[in-house]
Amino acid sequence: MIMPSPVTRSQPGGPALLEVEHLTMRFGGLIAVNDVSFTANDREITAIIGPNGAGKTTVFNCLTGFYSPTVGRLTLHGANGPVLLERLEAYRIAQLAKVARTFQNIRLFQNMSVLENLIVAQHNKLMRASCFSLAGLFGLPIYRAAERAAIEKARYWLDQVNLTDVADINAGNLPYGGQRRLEIARAMCSEPVLLCLDEPAAGLNPRESAELAALLCKIRDDEKIGVLLIEHDMSVVMKISDHVVVLDYGCKISDGSPDHVRNDPVVIRAYLGEDDDDVTASEVLAAAPAVTVTGGRS
Amino acid sequence: MTETVMVDSARAVDWWAVVKEAAITAAIGLALTVIMVGLRTVESGGGLIIETHLTEVAWFVVLVFVGRAGMALLRQGVAVPVLVVSLAVAVGCWFVHFPSSVLQLLAFTAGAVLAIRALVLARIHRSPLSAQERDQRMDRLGARFQDAARYLGPALLAFAAVLPLLPFADRYIIDIGTLALTYVMLGWGLNIVVGLAGLLDLGYVAFYAVGAYSYALLGSYFGWSFWVCLPLAGIMASCFGLLLGFPVLRLRGDYFAIVTLGFGEMIRIILLNWYNFTGGPNGLTGIPRPSFFGIAVFERSPPDGVLAFNDLFGIPFSTLQRVDFLYYLILVLALIVNFFTLRIRRLPLGRAWEALREDDIACTALGINRTNIKLAAFAIAAMFGGFAGSFFATRQGFISPESFSFMESAVILAIVVLGGMGSQLGVVIAAVLWVGLTEFFRDLAQYRMLAFGLGMVLIMVWRPRGLLAHRDPTLLLHPRLTARQRQREAENRA
Repeated sequence: MIMPSPVTRSQPGGPALLEVEHLTMRFGGLIAVNDVSFTANDREITAIIGPNGAGKTTVFNCLTGFYSPTVGRLTLHGANGPVLLERLEAYRIAQLAKVARTFQNIRLFQNMSVLENLIVAQHNKLMRASCFSLAGLFGLPIYRAAERAAIEKARYWLDQVNLTDVADINAGNLPYGGQRRLEIARAMCSEPVLLCLDEPAAGLNPRESAELAALLCKIRDDEKIGVLLIEHDMSVVMKISDHVVVLDYGCKISDGSPDHVRNDPVVIRAYLGEDDDDVTASEVLAAAPAVTVTGGRS
Repeated sequence: MTETVMVDSARAVDWWAVVKEAAITAAIGLALTVIMVGLRTVESGGGLIIETHLTEVAWFVVLVFVGRAGMALLRQGVAVPVLVVSLAVAVGCWFVHFPSSVLQLLAFTAGAVLAIRALVLARIHRSPLSAQERDQRMDRLGARFQDAARYLGPALLAFAAVLPLLPFADRYIIDIGTLALTYVMLGWGLNIVVGLAGLLDLGYVAFYAVGAYSYALLGSYFGWSFWVCLPLAGIMASCFGLLLGFPVLRLRGDYFAIVTLGFGEMIRIILLNWYNFTGGPNGLTGIPRPSFFGIAVFERSPPDGVLAFNDLFGIPFSTLQRVDFLYYLILVLALIVNFFTLRIRRLPLGRAWEALREDDIACTALGINRTNIKLAAFAIAAMFGGFAGSFFATRQGFISPESFSFMESAVILAIVVLGGMGSQLGVVIAAVLWVGLTEFFRDLAQYRMLAFGLGMVLIMVWRPRGLLAHRDPTLLLHPRLTARQRQREAENRA
């Protein structure tokens, strides 16, 4: 049933940033991800879509080191040459390979202020500047300058996500949409080369989704980094993605431009079931912009 | 429960429900106490005989009945009669002869608590607030306190600094002050692990013990001065912190707490059984007293070639001089811990601790090395525990494993939790309350644990996050508002 579809689109973005080769993740007898290979380019938004339980978040967890893959090679071509992600611990991936991520269920530091959340994201840089707290304890100027720079960076991202006014309240007191945006800002404050977003539009209203889409395009174009996106909201995915990877039951079933994926019969079958000949996927995936397509297997 | 019920106090009280509720509670009380309190085995001649204490049971059951009836009546909005009766009980119980003092204490506490509740009810004249409203009010109070704390902190510090100079400060007061400050220091030290890093450490007293024994052994075997041993004791305790840290770092929550508890007991049992080295249950005696920074000693007739403190300053000798010196020593040590904590909270390390407490997975995703951060918290807190321990050893002149039982860990933890996790001032208040109340109720020493448990339960019911659980952000983007304004803003937003 699975036909690997050729990548038909020439890539206008940067060179390959992330290469996933033969990624397989087994939990006991369950194969959550089965021999998935794809490439995410620099300065492009790569979306990973698929029905619920397709293994999208598992791919993310392998990429960011929360799981170590059973089989496969994950190469990140960062500024300092290629890094093999599967060999690094989770925190080293963020520190060394500069892969930042957000979570499906928001994970903010709830009882810390919005600004503090963004400062914690710059931990490693500040830790070095404070000479592992020694310079900081005595308030040496070298640390103070670094802290000012960190606050400026935080302020920049607060402006970008429209949270400057509420910078001093606790992150847990933000409304839902604000928490989503703050999580993205926090990931960006760690200066990533690859930003992995796990369902950033979940729970947002159509206006907020549109703002999010604009923010992601801005991040791609201004920061010149690669974005990897898991999303169910097709209005967001089809509008902003440069490249879409479709997973189903842990296998890659399609890979290409949004247009290609939208018309791919295999994808239509995965989302709508075998016998729905009357409806074309393009109609479904494009028709209801704000409707979340969540696993319509029949 | 609406306003009308309260205003219309003439409304019929459902006496039947009140009596039923009180009777059920009294019956449960009876069932619980009749065997545990009512029957006691006493050795007589060669055998055991059973002694009955049914009067105590009867007293207890009556107290429970009356108390529960009072609670039920309060719920029905009858405030003034309950207030009168409960006040009468709270005052009267000091004049009536009770069969046992625990009953007296119980009657007093219950009467006082009921009286307070009735007073609140009578004054506000409306139904008890919902839990959320009550919480919000306490938060507001906490915020107001936080604003006041800016003045309260320095005021307390000034008071602590001049205490030995005040006319009423006799040796007893200074000793209590020293003890309170020791707990403050330990509380502040443990606050780093529990309050900031969010790791529940039930074995903190182990580091206190390591510090105390380090100084006691180095001081008495090698004759090293306190001022050399103090840092060494800190380093030693810190090493033990790392030693404990490594294996437990992969554990979380309850498992972590249990392992730290075990570690604390291990240290105590090693001290107890390693007779040749630590003196076992006999402890170590003759621990050298501290000198005045190695310049002079606090003795009436010092050995040849050693300067006496009173001669150094040309004042008459007094035994109080050493006591005062020790008091100031622990004050300075505690302030060092406080200064360090306030400072580190504003540094990446401190923020990482707090972030770790909030969400450790998010920390990993941001490239924070959890292991190092946790180890740092452990080692630093252990170091302060070690300082406090070596102070304890030099002050007492005698230490034994008994001083480092689990009870001590529990008290220190209770001080941190009751004070409000992460709140420096809360720790001070809780420590002073603990030491003060323990001294005040010295006659009831055997019921100390009872009162302690009761206090814990009450605070956890009324103020689950501790007395002063109000966290100030460590840095602000916008001009500073008072905590009260911020609290109001947060409420408006919510």
